[in-house]
This record gives sequence, structure tokens and C-alpha cells, in this order.
Amino acid sequence: MGGASVAPRMSLRGRDVISIRDLSREEIEEILAAGRRMIPYAEGSKVSRPLADQIVAMAFFEPSTRTRLSFESAVQRLGGSCITIADMSATSMRKGESLSDTIHMLSGYADAIVIRHPNEGSARLAARVSAKPVLNAGDGAGQHPTQTLLDLATMQEAFGTLAGLRVVLLGDLRFGRTVHSLAYALALFGADLVLTSPPTLGLPEELKAPLEHLGAKVTTEPDIARAVADADVLYVTRIQKERFPDEAEYRKVAGSYRIDASVLAHAKPRLIVMHPLPRAGEIAAEVDATPHAAYFRQAFLAVPVRMALLDAVLGEPKRKG
Amino acid sequence: MVRELKIVPIKNGTVIDHINNGLALEVLRIINVQSLDKDSTVSIAMHVRSAKHGWKDIVKVENMELSPRKVNAIALIAPTATISIIRDFKVQSKRNVDLPDRIVGVLKCPNPNCITHQPEPVESEFAVESRRPVVLACAYCERVVDDFRQHLA
Ligand SMILES: Nc1ncnc2c1ncn2[C@@H]1O[C@H](COP(=O)(O)OP(=O)(O)OP(=O)(O)O)[C@@H](O)[C@H]1O
Ligand SMILES: [Mg+2]
Ligand SMILES: [Zn+2]
Repeated sequence: MGGASVAPRMSLRGRDVISIRDLSREEIEEILAAGRRMIPYAEGSKVSRPLADQIVAMAFFEPSTRTRLSFESAVQRLGGSCITIADMSATSMRKGESLSDTIHMLSGYADAIVIRHPNEGSARLAARVSAKPVLNAGDGAGQHPTQTLLDLATMQEAFGTLAGLRVVLLGDLRFGRTVHSLAYALALFGADLVLTSPPTLGLPEELKAPLEHLGAKVTTEPDIARAVADADVLYVTRIQKERFPDEAEYRKVAGSYRIDASVLAHAKPRLIVMHPLPRAGEIAAEVDATPHAAYFRQAFLAVPVRMALLDAVLGEPKRKG
Repeated sequence: MVRELKIVPIKNGTVIDHINNGLALEVLRIINVQSLDKDSTVSIAMHVRSAKHGWKDIVKVENMELSPRKVNAIALIAPTATISIIRDFKVQSKRNVDLPDRIVGVLKCPNPNCITHQPEPVESEFAVESRRPVVLACAYCERVVDDFRQHLA
């Protein structure tokens, strides 16, 4: 076995990871550190097989190419194999099988289950039903903890730390629950948050207080240019059409939140722009060529971070001697 | 001791006293009067002077004892209530309602997209995050509920 096996503590072994809140600050730090060590293994320049002979089921009840492929890549880079249902909605769900039954069955076929499902709370239900660990790859508008982990990993790689970073969260901060988990994790690690959103899509008040409770400085700055001026990270999210009364209103708002070279003209040289992808016009293509663009690096880091998590949950404990 | 029997004494049954003023009807909803035995007379006193809390409501139900689940539901909406079991006209036991750490099956999750609304073999479940004021969070989707009176199952 090579050096990629991380397992610094037994704490995550066999555990479910449904929400970022299931992980302590120390556990998140462990996963991030392990994720950094996984990079050469994710790139294929080093090889290690801590998941050899293990099978991970990908239970995707709604399509999500990126998340599924990066999980599959992570499993296979660690020497494990996958059984995949790319779009379960087309198969057993249509036949009326309950999620509980499907998970029950899958937990007999695999050593762990990665689940993506359109209903909030589905991953928690799956974890209760499954005898094997369950990793949540997105439950509706709910939790998506590995997204938060790879977001943190991207910022940490760029700046060496999360503490004291000034992070602008831009876009739909009201319904975008991935952003809620990220805001929580950033506050936990001592980053300061700048909230930039259309007036109707602001962060819910009841979510703001807990962030401040964690010690984060949280400011609201609807003006993008001003928000970007002294920021370290600009985290851009999608603004969905369904949130607006009509097409014209949507286009007006979406247009005013578009990131291009002119928005970044007065940014700090080291500012990074992040996006969970896929983007739909939120970031102009001209930004790709600037040193600010971090979203493709962010997409790549999905693999080593998911490898680190899979290894911590499933990898063989290092044998002594 | 002044016996406070504004309504007819009952031989056997349950008295829910010290219900927060105005909430007797909510308590009745939880008891589900339709489901009671034919011989269960229900009497209500609303807006009764209370030595402890100003004004209160009282509900008395003959020949019935409350399931733990119903006690939890009452604890949620009327935290000051007491529940007395009457046997042969005497108070056999009396206790305060108390809110458990988890509430199973009493409320519906306010999130319509929550997995608990799907045809799954699962009951609603809420964790009690705070008691004063009562704040609950769905054990599945994590949705926070503070207006739980609207969501009684
Ligand atoms: N036979 C009965 N029929 C109907 N209600 C009764 C009967 N005996 C007692 N109760 C009611 O049961 C409750 C508890 O009785 P208890 O004698 O302990 O009342 P208490 O001394 O007024 O105490 P407290 O008001 O502090 O709960 C009271 O609401 C009382 O009115
Ligand atoms: Mg009394
Ligand atoms: Zn719920």
C-alpha cells in the first residue's frame, strides 16, 4: 500500500457524512490536509490503492454529471470500484420502489453509498436505512458537504489559510443552501463574509446571527464593485430564473451580477473567483485567462478532496510494523 | 384546600389543567375528540382564573389516558400544562408535561420538499434546538420550525 492512506484518526471510519455540521472543525482540517496529500494521486502521478476490493455505490436519483464523475474518479484513483445508477429516476423510482428499499438493497451490494436525491432529508433517511456509510452528494436544496469541503480546499490552497480571508458570497444567498453550508464553514474557520445579492435574494436573517456567533464579521454590500475592492475571494453562484416574477426582471438582475474583466479591474491582484459550475453566463469567458480564475482548479480539487473523504471513511487502517 | 371543580367531577379519566390561556381548543385537536370512546364526556373550561398564571384553560376527558405522543404534542403548545389521572374521583397522579429532546410523529415538516412527505416508511422527527422559545429542527431536512402550531400533524 502506498503513502496515500490518510486515516490519521479512526474518527471518520465507517461514519456517514450528510451535512457539513456532522464534521467537527478538526475533522474538516484533517480532510483538507489529507486532500492536499492526495493531489498527486488524483493527478495519477502517484498510485495508491487503499480502497482495493471495495465497492462504492453511486445512487444518483437525479442527474449530476460533475459530482458523479468526480466521485467515480476518486473511488477509482483509490483502487476501488463503483456501481453506478446514473439516473435512478428512470429505473426503480418509476416502478414505485421507495428510497428506503433501494438503499437497503444497495447497502447489500456495496461498502458505501454516495447519494444524490431531489428531496431534502433523503440522505439522512438513507443513512438511517443503510448498514454501510452514506455520503451525501446533494439532497435537493439541502446539504452538499463535499462541495463545501472542496470550496474550502480551493481557498486554502490559494491563501494557505482560511482565517482572516475576506470572502464575497455573490448571487442567490436566500435559496442557495450550498452557500449556507459554505458560509457556516467559513465562519467556523474565522473568515469574514461580505454578502452581495439582489435585494429579494439576501441571506435569511436567522442564518446571519449564528455566523456572527461563530465570530465572523458579516457585512452586506449590494454593490459588486465595492464588495470586490478589498476581497480575497469572490464566490459566484447561480441566480435562478424561477426566483423572479418575469423574464425581464430576471435578466436585469442577472445582468447586474455578471462578472467580467471590468468588474475585476480594481480587485486585489491575488483575488480568486470561484464558482461551483456549471456557469450560465455569470462569469464572462474573458475572466478564464486572468490569474483570478480559480473555478477550474476548484473543479479539479473535487477529486482529491473526495478521495480524502472516501479514504477516511473506507480506507484500510494502516497496519502496524 | 379549595376544590376547583368548575365542571362536573369525573370518576375516571384525565384532567389537563394549567393550559395556557386560550389554547384549550388546540389541546382538543390533539386529543382528537372524534377518536374517543362513546362514553368519554369531554368538558372544557376556558379563561378560568388561575392562582399561578393569571388565566388558564382546563380540559377534562372521561375514560381516557393520553399516549406519550399526545403528551409531547401538548407539551409543545402548552408547556405549563399539568396532566392528572383521575381514578375513582381522586387524583391518582399528577405531572407537568415536558418536552423531550426529540419529537416523533407529532408535527409535519413545513418543508414541502422534505423526504418525510414522500411515500417512505418514515415518521416525522424533530430535534428540540431550544426550549424557551421552542425552536425545532427537522431531523431529516434540518428545516427550522418556530411556528409549529401550524404544523401539527
Ligand atoms: N374528580 C375529579 N373530577 C374532575 N377533575 C378533578 C377531579 N379531582 C381533581 N380534579 C382536577 O384535577 C386537577 C388536579 O387536582 P389537584 O387536587 O391536584 O388540584 P390543585 O390542588 O388545584 O393543584 P394544581 O392546581 O396546582 O394543579 C385539578 O385541575 C382539579 O380541578
Ligand atoms: Mg388548581
Ligand atoms: Zn423536513
